[in-house]
Amino acid sequence: MVAKLSEFRLKGLVFLAIVVFALPLFISNPFHYSLATQIALIAGAVVGLNLLVGFAGQISLGHAGFFGLGAYFSAIMTSHYGWSAIPALIVGAFGVGIIAWVVGRPILRLKGHYLSMATLAVGFIIAIILNNEREMTGGPDGMPVPAFDVFGWELSPFGQYSLFGMDISGDLAWYLFAGVVLLVAVWLAQNLIDSPIGRALRSVHGSEVAASVVGVNTTKYKSLVFVISAVYASVMGALYAHFQGFITPAVAGFEFSILLITMVVLGGMGSTIGVIIGAVVLELLPQVLADFQEFEMVLFGLILMLTMIFMPKGLLPTVANFLAKRRSKSAGGDA
Amino acid sequence: MNGTLAHYTKKFLAITAAGLLAMSAQAADPIRIGSFLSVTGPASFLGDPELKTLEMYVEKINEEGGVLGRQLELIHYDDAGNASKARNFASRLIRSDRVDIIVGGSTTGATMAAVPMIEQAQIPFISLAGATVITTPVKKWVFKTPQSDRMAAERILDDMKSRGLTKIGLISGTGGFGSSGREQTLAVAKEMGTIEVVADETYGGSDTDMTAQLTNIRGTDGVQTILNFGFGQGPAIVTRNYAQLGIDLPFYQSHGVASDGFLELAGDSAEGLRLPASPLLVPDSLPDSDLQKPIVEAYKSEYEARWNAKVSTFGAYAYDGLMLAVQAIEKAGTTDKEAVRDALENIQGHVGVTGTYNMSADDHNGLTADSFRILEVQNGSWKLVN
Repeated sequence: MVAKLSEFRLKGLVFLAIVVFALPLFISNPFHYSLATQIALIAGAVVGLNLLVGFAGQISLGHAGFFGLGAYFSAIMTSHYGWSAIPALIVGAFGVGIIAWVVGRPILRLKGHYLSMATLAVGFIIAIILNNEREMTGGPDGMPVPAFDVFGWELSPFGQYSLFGMDISGDLAWYLFAGVVLLVAVWLAQNLIDSPIGRALRSVHGSEVAASVVGVNTTKYKSLVFVISAVYASVMGALYAHFQGFITPAVAGFEFSILLITMVVLGGMGSTIGVIIGAVVLELLPQVLADFQEFEMVLFGLILMLTMIFMPKGLLPTVANFLAKRRSKSAGGDA
Repeated sequence: MNGTLAHYTKKFLAITAAGLLAMSAQAADPIRIGSFLSVTGPASFLGDPELKTLEMYVEKINEEGGVLGRQLELIHYDDAGNASKARNFASRLIRSDRVDIIVGGSTTGATMAAVPMIEQAQIPFISLAGATVITTPVKKWVFKTPQSDRMAAERILDDMKSRGLTKIGLISGTGGFGSSGREQTLAVAKEMGTIEVVADETYGGSDTDMTAQLTNIRGTDGVQTILNFGFGQGPAIVTRNYAQLGIDLPFYQSHGVASDGFLELAGDSAEGLRLPASPLLVPDSLPDSDLQKPIVEAYKSEYEARWNAKVSTFGAYAYDGLMLAVQAIEKAGTTDKEAVRDALENIQGHVGVTGTYNMSADDHNGLTADSFRILEVQNGSWKLVN
């Protein structure tokens, strides 16, 4: 079943929608909602990063930079200049897209390690700027972010709302909102993957030389997907900032970049549902392991190592493969 | 995802079991003290002694019969110096573990990230981080134990003034501590009026040579003294460069480097420099009339005996935080959050390791600049000057 789900975009989306909307039936603790909201927002950024890494085969080690830019742009515009959250989010995403395009054109000519190094540098530069512009960003100590507002209506994790006649807490409202945002993000990504652009990207991943020989403008498509994934990160970063209510330059930091790329690799490069599972696992593990205190880091490292050794293709593709093999075996036995 | 489901099922069972047990022993229901600290990561030098202090004193208080006849239970998480983790753990402490009071938040970023949630949940919170913004403006549920960097700046500039030094060359790190200290120094100098910052240089956290900045300061007209606001190894390098360049102006450091580790790093170059610090560094030189002396001595010897490690100023913030919490709960006679908060706000003359706390409705820190002692390095060790 899992194999089929990852094959068909609509089924994958339906599966995800069921999980997202069924989850509130199983959890009621506001802390779990707030964790689930964060996971959904970060998963959205990872879905975008997967377009670049999983489909076009380009490594970005500076993606948190774009996430942080989106977060800080929205935070600064809403708190210092009185903008509403939606225009701040859109203008921020647009600006980040332009920045990604400008830096992406030259660095995407690089390959392999050189490309990784260049994206790493971009991430570092963004983090340094956020750290040093104290007047605007509050420097290393961070800055508070106002609640997310839509046409004068505020969405705060601490509020109380009513939806279709039901009273829901602010945590649940944020969770549902983040869940819908994630579904839209996945739907857009799946459509992109199944379009001519998506096929061009996969040909770049397969062999850049072969792709250019058959007439694919590789530079154009690589820049395009770099911009798209940066915009994904920016939008999710802005929402994340409003949800958290307080951000520090760590959201643009190197460690967070590595975390994002690890989510992609762990979940399964090129599988949209897979990378979401990667995000869920990597966000939940520290919470689950927090009960073990001093062994937390050791266990965390061990789980990552074992997964990569025994499931080098990532969680979902490996499990899907395994199930598919078993089915074909049992089908063979029946015949 | 199955793993997490199983985890929550297990957790649910554990909680149910715990609930049943609790019902059978209602009287022994512990007072739950929550904490999130930066025990690992770049700020571990803060979080590690803080956690050790909390653990050993919760143990000690429990051996002595607890508070209000109830045992204390410490629930702590490691935020690794990451603000969003700190927020998550604060949320977990409040909503999942349902603690009665929170003592924690090693860094300003971690503290401020948790503050909106704590204010909303209305739970008393004692922060262990330094920056002025934490308690200015006053937030109803937020208190803190360390002096702010503003007080350090006041104390240093006061000492300079009393020595007739009015033209300062300032050099600061670009990290959170250094840049906030620089801002406060500039603000305090402006307010005092008589003191002027004539040179203002900065260095990055990983710089290994500051002779260029120091040469600039030395070349500035009329400069009479140099002040370095910074954290970590930067100030040690500044101190060494200072000696290498043979600058003979009076030299000041901030409380950020008030530790024996700094003396080891800076070596002979530190000779003669002054800084504001906790009396914890010089317990023996305190006069017997000093109210803090017995508390400082007891904390130092107990900590060093238990952990076989040097006591640090940062651990003392946790000591003061825990003792303030205990005193507030005792005075309130209950763990009712509103009552504990009111009791905290009314604490007067509480003598701690860091200083004497006098809380009020518009001061949730309760310390004055005088709680800093001015120390001077003489013959490789700290000497109390003032």
